[in-house]
Amino acid sequence: MSEQDVAISIRNLEKSFTKADGTEIRVLQGVTFDILRGETMIIMGGSGCGKSTLLNCLIGEYTVTGGEVLYKTKKMETPRDLARMSEAELNDLRMSFGILFQSGALFNSMTVADNVALPLIEHSYVDPSIIDIVVTLKLQQVKMLAHRDKMPSQLSGGQKKRAGLARATALDPETLFYDEPSAGLDPVTSAAIDELMMDLSKKLHVTTIVVTHEMDSAFRIADRMVMLEKGKVLRIGKREDFEAIRDADPHELTSADDRLIHQFLNGESSGPLTDAEGMTEFEKLIRAES
Amino acid sequence: MSESPGPSSGRIRSSIESVGAFAYERKDQLGAGVRYIGGMAYMLGDTFAWAYRGLFKSDIKFGWPSLVVQMVRVGVKSIGIVCIVQVFIGVILALQLAPTLQTYGQLERVADVVGIAVVRELGPLLTAIVLSGFAGASIAAEVGAMVESEEVKALRAHALNPIRFLVVPRFLATTVMIIVLTVIADYIGVFGGFLTSVYILDVPPQLYITLTQAALKTGDFITGLVKAGVFGAVIALIACYEGFHVTGGPAGVGNATTSTVVKSIVALIGIDALFTAVFYTLGI
Ligand SMILES: Nc1ncnc2c1ncn2[C@@H]1O[C@H](COP(=O)(O)OP(=O)(O)O)[C@@H](O)[C@H]1O
Ligand SMILES: [Mg+2]
Repeated sequence: MSEQDVAISIRNLEKSFTKADGTEIRVLQGVTFDILRGETMIIMGGSGCGKSTLLNCLIGEYTVTGGEVLYKTKKMETPRDLARMSEAELNDLRMSFGILFQSGALFNSMTVADNVALPLIEHSYVDPSIIDIVVTLKLQQVKMLAHRDKMPSQLSGGQKKRAGLARATALDPETLFYDEPSAGLDPVTSAAIDELMMDLSKKLHVTTIVVTHEMDSAFRIADRMVMLEKGKVLRIGKREDFEAIRDADPHELTSADDRLIHQFLNGESSGPLTDAEGMTEFEKLIRAES
Repeated sequence: MSESPGPSSGRIRSSIESVGAFAYERKDQLGAGVRYIGGMAYMLGDTFAWAYRGLFKSDIKFGWPSLVVQMVRVGVKSIGIVCIVQVFIGVILALQLAPTLQTYGQLERVADVVGIAVVRELGPLLTAIVLSGFAGASIAAEVGAMVESEEVKALRAHALNPIRFLVVPRFLATTVMIIVLTVIADYIGVFGGFLTSVYILDVPPQLYITLTQAALKTGDFITGLVKAGVFGAVIALIACYEGFHVTGGPAGVGNATTSTVVKSIVALIGIDALFTAVFYTLGI
């Protein structure tokens, strides 16, 4: 497996929404970057920069306004554009995905074990006794075996994410997506989830894509990182590149982008992201609209 | 046209223009209405396709357990309320009709009128209205909550069709259970009329039963039950559609339930009027 083996290629991706009053907002404005097979890629950026929108475009949840999302999987050797796939082809592709949603998104009417079993029952056509073994294995992997017969409402936030992760990995995915994996978790639980994510990506050799604005967690798990700003790629690079900017003295950073990234990574309240009044671009936008 | 338009043609033109302007101003609402109906028609088609595949083809498993769960949930919860409402309807009809029929000296004819009114009209309609509150609202809230908690997204992400997993069982359960409930409602409504007639209006019980049996034909039951089935389908569709289109958190879920009940009731009565007109024209 060469380093340059591209799993997902995002080309000039555009996504606009029409608001209730008829005005159009261009959330993604020509996003272009590649995700390599087996790497852990962090997608980061401030609130409202379009991270969730990008994730939804990648998993086929949103139809894109323009550009391409090219996928190359084991079954699909020549890259194919998501937007040009039929529903059946898209479903085939989705079976090579695992997605951990922000709240875990467990099916609330089923036990933890049944949640993990459902994709197996529907897509793997194996014997129920084998499914039971696989479910046990997957739950063991995320340390949730003790809770297998509980309902989702009986679980804590961290446990829901673990169970969601067991379900996401049920079909041995090639690509794992995480939407804000640290959101709503205490630092210790969040670190445990990070550990689990790294563990899984090593064990399963999956391509991992993580949307987050938790920088501690991002630097723990990243191979490469991409930073979005106002719907565009501001910078893409190795973790070390971003670490260098993070740890640099802001006065020695010559480019405006570098200073902006520095401020974001350090979570500082003053800098190029915020103007003299201390308002973020986002807040200014809100103020301008009202 | 070469002649100059007279004052009257000017008035006609301005009124046509104002109709046009009225419609144009509302083109967005019109568009939204068309989209709503179109979206529901699409969902209905999808629901039929998945139900057919599940029931008659062997390539996918049909979710019998979830159908049973939904049938119990739709039917059992609402049965008490349906019965109470129908008893009262029987009582009300009998008492309202009694004075008029008495002036014709045909008080015992209460039996005919109550029978026809309940079986053809009020049995199905009021059962449907009760169900739109019970089943419709709770389906909309449930599906809406699933959208909010990303469960629906998770289904799609696992290549599991939400129509198949969520709409089909609710649609079939509501349609089947409303027919069952309407049969019960028909009997209870007639029973309410019977009690009132026998104990308050002093109609001989045997005469009431005979008259009811003579008045009601099989066609009356069938038209009522066909209507009921369609009502059930409409309630389930509106509820699922509203649920799927929830945005904006818990408040959005609340709006969806209210909207489901309001839209269902309007749709039910509108469809009922349509059915009645068709049955009237066909003479059934
Ligand atoms: N379904 C939608 N309809 C309209 N606007 C949307 C929708 N989803 C997101 N947006 C807008 O797009 C922008 C980016 O949103 P999002 O991708 O959720 O940002 P992030 O996840 O980076 O915080 C925001 O300004 C948001 O208001
Ligand atoms: Mg987001």
